[in-house]
Amino acid sequence: MTSYDVMPATELYQPVNIEDATALAARLGRKGWLLGGGQDTYGWLKDRAKRPDAFIDLTGIDVLKGIRSLPDGGVEIGSMTTITEVAQNPLINEKFTLLSAAAKTVASPQIRNMGTLGGNLCQDTRCWYYRRGLNCYRAGGNICYADSPEGMNREHALFGASRCVAVTPSDTAPALVALEATMLITSASGSRQVAAEDFFVGPATDILNMTALQADEILVSVRIPRKWADATFYHEKVADRNVWDFALVSLCAAFKEDAGQITDARLVAGGVDCVPHRLREVEQAIIGQPRNETTGEAVKVRATSAATTLNYNQFKVPLMQNLVLRALRG
Amino acid sequence: MKVSLTVNGSKHKVDVPSNTLLVDILRDHLGLTGTHVGCDTSQCGACTVHLNGSSVKSCTILAGQAEGVHVTTIEGIGSVTDLHPMQAAFRDRHALQCGFCTPGMIMSAIDLVNTSKGLDNRAVREGLEGNICRCTGYHNIVAAVLQAAEVMQGSSDE
Ligand SMILES: Cc1cc2nc3c(=O)[nH]c(=O)nc-3n(C[C@H](O)[C@H](O)[C@H](O)COP(=O)(O)OP(=O)(O)OC[C@H]3O[C@@H](n4cnc5c(N)ncnc54)[C@H](O)[C@@H]3O)c2cc1C
Ligand code: SF4
Ligand code: FES
Ligand code: FES
Repeated sequence: MTSYDVMPATELYQPVNIEDATALAARLGRKGWLLGGGQDTYGWLKDRAKRPDAFIDLTGIDVLKGIRSLPDGGVEIGSMTTITEVAQNPLINEKFTLLSAAAKTVASPQIRNMGTLGGNLCQDTRCWYYRRGLNCYRAGGNICYADSPEGMNREHALFGASRCVAVTPSDTAPALVALEATMLITSASGSRQVAAEDFFVGPATDILNMTALQADEILVSVRIPRKWADATFYHEKVADRNVWDFALVSLCAAFKEDAGQITDARLVAGGVDCVPHRLREVEQAIIGQPRNETTGEAVKVRATSAATTLNYNQFKVPLMQNLVLRALRG
Repeated sequence: MKVSLTVNGSKHKVDVPSNTLLVDILRDHLGLTGTHVGCDTSQCGACTVHLNGSSVKSCTILAGQAEGVHVTTIEGIGSVTDLHPMQAAFRDRHALQCGFCTPGMIMSAIDLVNTSKGLDNRAVREGLEGNICRCTGYHNIVAAVLQAAEVMQGSSDE
């Protein structure tokens, strides 16, 4: 006899082309659940915190898999490509090491081997109150357990809170926002493209969903333009454990330099906001400056000038500032 | 649902409810109880098997995702009289105490050695990040993996 939790019985559809998948998604709406590698999904179901009627397993749709170069010198990554492939792909390792570096820090090898880029980008937040199935704002209720006098909110947000103070758990999302990627989305009623920066949404926009995807939509692929291909990158993820842990704060940075001066830059932090958090003030302040310790010391406080701390997450303020300093020190 | 899969080289067809996990197929339907369930939440790594050669957590794979795959479990890598080099190294280096985590450790370690070059202490510790051991403190596990890597990579490079 099995001694462990049992997955609730859930209908399973295994379409082999996008048309069938989008037709199913349109019919099932929020009662359907798209399945990438399932690495984020089964925990929700085993804990009885989410109960979809049916899975739409995307594994059999080959066009959603793989990494190809684009005519403009960029790269397109299918949503069902595994995180291991993203981390090891030669094209990405040659041009966009920011993404491969971030992908290497996701979870553990076994999860990277099954987990997909699409699933990593669309995964729900790790706020433990919510994951335990409590009826908080994000679950449709009318209270936030994390932002309460007794709430444990060490992992929670410094920015962008609106009733909910949960953060994005995805390590690949900040890298794709830094690289100015575009998401290709499809549904039975057509296709659209959304900039990575607009793909992730905070609670002020939609407190029930972490992405701009509608219930009937599927993420097809992610396109990274050539723009940052020759840039200098910096990636660092700080977690309670060195390996196998979600980020407390992570930083993805891309710099373009000319004659010893920064000419363009994107700095995006994970773990501090419901969405990948762009450090626009820092980006603007370093244009025309050399990439060194002095610049870092001068601008690092700008990373957190808009931060609102909770009871237990003040430590993220100096942590973020230090990551900015380290990114600029090079 | 009917699922056809190859486990340790032999073909099987099982008829299971669609909410069955791969580890249940292995343990309950095929009697391969060497694959352990520690956490059931993809954290501990005790349930690690190889799916088409790569390490995965069998507690977090659904029957429907196992159609047509090749699975290798701890039972498929060696025998009592002919241990896999990784198993032999775990024995030599006392890399287990209660043994609960060991099948998963060994399956992860074999994938790690097969896919990396120039392993050192740090790389082994990082490579085994998805496997948790409550007993050994990891020191002897790392020593065993490095010992096995010499044997495995030495013979495959030639
Ligand atoms: C123990 C553990 C540790 C982890 N550590 C980290 C970590 O350090 N960093 C990190 O970033 N993540 C971490 N994760 C999360 C893990 O990386 C993700 O769960 C995994 O990447 C999800 O990929 P998947 O394909 O298995 O997703 P699934 O579980 O299949 O899907 C996740 C979500 O995305 C949706 N989805 C999937 N594909 C699509 C698509 N093509 N279009 C639209 N929606 C889609 C699904 O409906 C679901 O809501 C961890 C998870 C576990 C269990
Ligand atoms: S932070 Fe968001 S997800 Fe967590 S308890 Fe509050 S409302 Fe719910
Ligand atoms: S039982 Fe699968 S990871 Fe612990
Ligand atoms: S030997 Fe007991 S858990 Fe590892």
